[in-house]
Amino acid sequence: MNFSSTIWILILPLAVFLVTGLFGNKIPKRLSGILGTASMGIAALLALNIAYSYFFISGKTSDTYSAITVMKYSWLTFSPSLSIDMGILLDPISVMMLVVVTFVSFMVHLYSYSYMKDEPRYHVFFSFLSLFSFSMLGLVVASNIFQMYIFWELVGVSSFLLIGFYYDKPSAVAASKKAFIVTRFADLGFLIGILLLSYYAGSLDFNVIIERLSTPDSSFLQTAAAASFMGASALTWALCLVFIGGAGKSAMFPLHIWLPDAMEGPTPVSALIHAATMVVAGVFLVARLFPLYHMIPAAQNLVAYVGVFSALFAAVIACTQTDIKRILAYSTMSQIGYMMFALGVSGYGGEEGLGYTASMFHLFTHAMFKALLFLAAGAVIHHVHSNDLSAMGGMRKQMPVTNILFLLACLAISGVPPLSGFFSKEEILTAAFHHDKVVYAIGILTAALTAFYMFRLYYSIFWNKKAVHSPSPIEKGRDEAEAPPSMLIALFILGVGTVAAGFIPFSQYVTSDGQAFHSGFHLSLAVTAVSAGVIGILIATAFYLKPNNRSDKFSSSMGGLLRFARNKFYVDEVYTFVTKKIIFNLISAPAAWVDKNIVDRTMILSGEITALVSDEIKSLQSGKVYDYVVYFLAGVILLSLLTIIY
Amino acid sequence: MEISLNHYLFLSTALFFIGVYGFITRRNMISMLIAVELILNSVNINFIAFNKFLFPDKAEGLFFTLFIITIAAAEAAVAIAIIISVYRRFKTIDAENINSLKF
Repeated sequence: MNFSSTIWILILPLAVFLVTGLFGNKIPKRLSGILGTASMGIAALLALNIAYSYFFISGKTSDTYSAITVMKYSWLTFSPSLSIDMGILLDPISVMMLVVVTFVSFMVHLYSYSYMKDEPRYHVFFSFLSLFSFSMLGLVVASNIFQMYIFWELVGVSSFLLIGFYYDKPSAVAASKKAFIVTRFADLGFLIGILLLSYYAGSLDFNVIIERLSTPDSSFLQTAAAASFMGASALTWALCLVFIGGAGKSAMFPLHIWLPDAMEGPTPVSALIHAATMVVAGVFLVARLFPLYHMIPAAQNLVAYVGVFSALFAAVIACTQTDIKRILAYSTMSQIGYMMFALGVSGYGGEEGLGYTASMFHLFTHAMFKALLFLAAGAVIHHVHSNDLSAMGGMRKQMPVTNILFLLACLAISGVPPLSGFFSKEEILTAAFHHDKVVYAIGILTAALTAFYMFRLYYSIFWNKKAVHSPSPIEKGRDEAEAPPSMLIALFILGVGTVAAGFIPFSQYVTSDGQAFHSGFHLSLAVTAVSAGVIGILIATAFYLKPNNRSDKFSSSMGGLLRFARNKFYVDEVYTFVTKKIIFNLISAPAAWVDKNIVDRTMILSGEITALVSDEIKSLQSGKVYDYVVYFLAGVILLSLLTIIY
Repeated sequence: MEISLNHYLFLSTALFFIGVYGFITRRNMISMLIAVELILNSVNINFIAFNKFLFPDKAEGLFFTLFIITIAAAEAAVAIAIIISVYRRFKTIDAENINSLKF
C-alpha cells in the first residue's frame, strides 16, 4: 500500500492555520471553527485509514513491523553524509501517535466549537489550534532528529501562544512566558544531545543513528563509547541531554514547574496540549531512541528514576490542591511519570520489551481519559464560572451526563477493571515488578494516591455538599446545566475511547523491536494494583462523599508535611531564589555592568570625540568664498615649499 | 637693455599675485571676476614667454594661450550669469552676504 496520503494529514491543518490566521477576520466567525473541525475530522479519518493499512495490511514484513520512510526531501545538506531532511517515517509508534493526535485534536476542535463561542478572537483560537496540530503531527512523523527538533520548537511556540491566549490576563501572560522559557531551557539540552549524537553517528537520520550506534561492533559505537567526559561516555551524555529536552516538554521533575501554570490557557487547550499530546512528546522522544537508551543502563536508569519520582511527587501535590485544573495538571505529570519509568524499566525485544509496549499503551489510554477529564472539567467550569473546588459540589443532578463520563474517566485513571487505564497501568507495573522492585513499590503507592486524589476531585465536584451554584438568569427554567450538544458529543466519543481503548491488544502491534508477543496476564500483580486503587477510592469516599470533618482532622494531624505539599514542595520558590538571587545577582548584574560601562562607554566615547572635533573645526567652513581661497592658497604655498625643500 | 625671460616671469608673477590679492580682498563679485581674469592672463604671459625663449621653433604655447583666452571668455559668460541669478536671489552681489551654504 502506498502511504503517500500521510502528507495530507500535515497539509490540512497547515492550510487551515494559514486561511484562518490570515483571513479569519474576513470570513464569518463560525466558519473558521467549522473549517478547523472539518479538516481535523478528515485528518483523523486519514490517520485511521493509515493505521489500518499499516497494522493489518502492509506494515508487516516477515512477522516484524518495519519502519517505512514514506517520503524524504533533503532540506539542508552539510556534507554528503550529513543533511537535515524533511520526511515522513511510519513505524508502529508514529502511526499510533498519528491516530492519537488527530483523534484527540478532532474531539477538542469539536468541543471548542461551542465552548469558545463567546470569544471575540474565535478565529485566532482555531488558527492556533491548527498550527499546534500541524506541528505535533510533524513531530511524530519526523524521520530526522533535526526535523523533530524543528517541530518540537513549533509545538513549543503554539503552546506558548495558546497558554497566553487571554493576553489581557497578567497571570496567563506570566504562565505562557514561564512555559516557554522553561521548555526552551530544557531544549538546550536536547540540542546539545542532537549535536553529540549526530557527531558520533555521522548522520541525523533516526534509522541511521540507531543502526550505527546500536550495532555492537560498529566503529561509530566504539568511538562514541571511547570518548568520555567526566566519567561517562559521550553516548551516555548525549542520551542524558536528549532526555533533559524530553523531560522539559513532558514536565518531569524538576522541570515540571511550567505545567500547572499552563492551565491558565483555555480548557480545550489544556486538554489537547497539556494533557494528551504535547506533553507526551518527551515520552515519544525516548521511545523513538529506545534502542540506544536500552544499551546505556545509566541513561535508562535516569529515565526510570526521574519518571517514578515525578509520578509520586506530582501525585502527592495533587492530593492537596484545590484548583480543579491544577489537580488534573499534576495528575498528568504523574501519569507521564508512569510512561517514563515504564520505558526506564523496559528491556528490548520480545517479552522483555513489555515496559516499552506498556508505556505506549498508557500514552494511548491516558490521551483518551485525560482529554475526557479535562473537557468534562471544562464543562463544569463553564457552568460554575470558577476553577476552585470550594465553589462546586452536588452537581450530579445538574449535569448527569458529565457526571457519568467524569466518573468513568476517574475509574479509568484509578486502574479499575475493565476500563482502559487498568490494562495499561497493570502492564507498566508488571514490567516494573520484573525489573526493579523499588520502582514497582513506588508505582503501587502512586496508583493508590492517584485513585485518592481523582475521587477527591470527583466527589468534591459532583457529591459532597448541596449544589451551591444558583442557576444564572439565562439558565433559569431548566433543572440541568448540561453542555451544548457538540461538547457532549466530544465527551461521549472520548468516553467510548476511555472504555474501549483497553481492549486493544497493544503487544501485538506496538513493540520495541516490531515483533508481536503475547503479554501474559498476572493475576496476583493485577490484584495488588487494583486493590491499591480501590483503597485510594475508599479513603476518598470516606473523606469527601458527604460533608464531614474527617479530612480536616487528618490534615491537622499531618501538620507541616501537608503545608509543604500544598505549597508544591516550594519548587517554584527554589527556582525564583536561584534565578532572581543567584543568577541575576551573580551573573546577570556583572554582565550588565560590563555591557553598560565598558562596551557601551567605548562606543559612546568614540561618538563624543567625533562630535567634539567636528564642533571645533566646523568654524573653518565659513561659507565665504574668499576664506576658502585663502586656505587653498595656503595649501598651494605649503606644497610648493615642500617641493622646493625636498 | 635686452628684455630677458626673467622680465616676463617677473611681470606674470606680479600679475598673478595682484590677481590673488584682488580675489581675496574684494567683496564685489564683479571685481573678483576681474581678479580671476588677471590670474589667467598671468598664466598666458608665462606660456608665451616660455614658448618664445625655450622652444622658439614650436607653437604649443601659443595654442594653449589661445585656448585659455577662449575658455576665459566662456567662463566670464558663465560667471556673469551666476552673478545675475545671485543678484536676483539675494538683491546683492557682495560675497560677504552670500553665505547660506554655511554649515
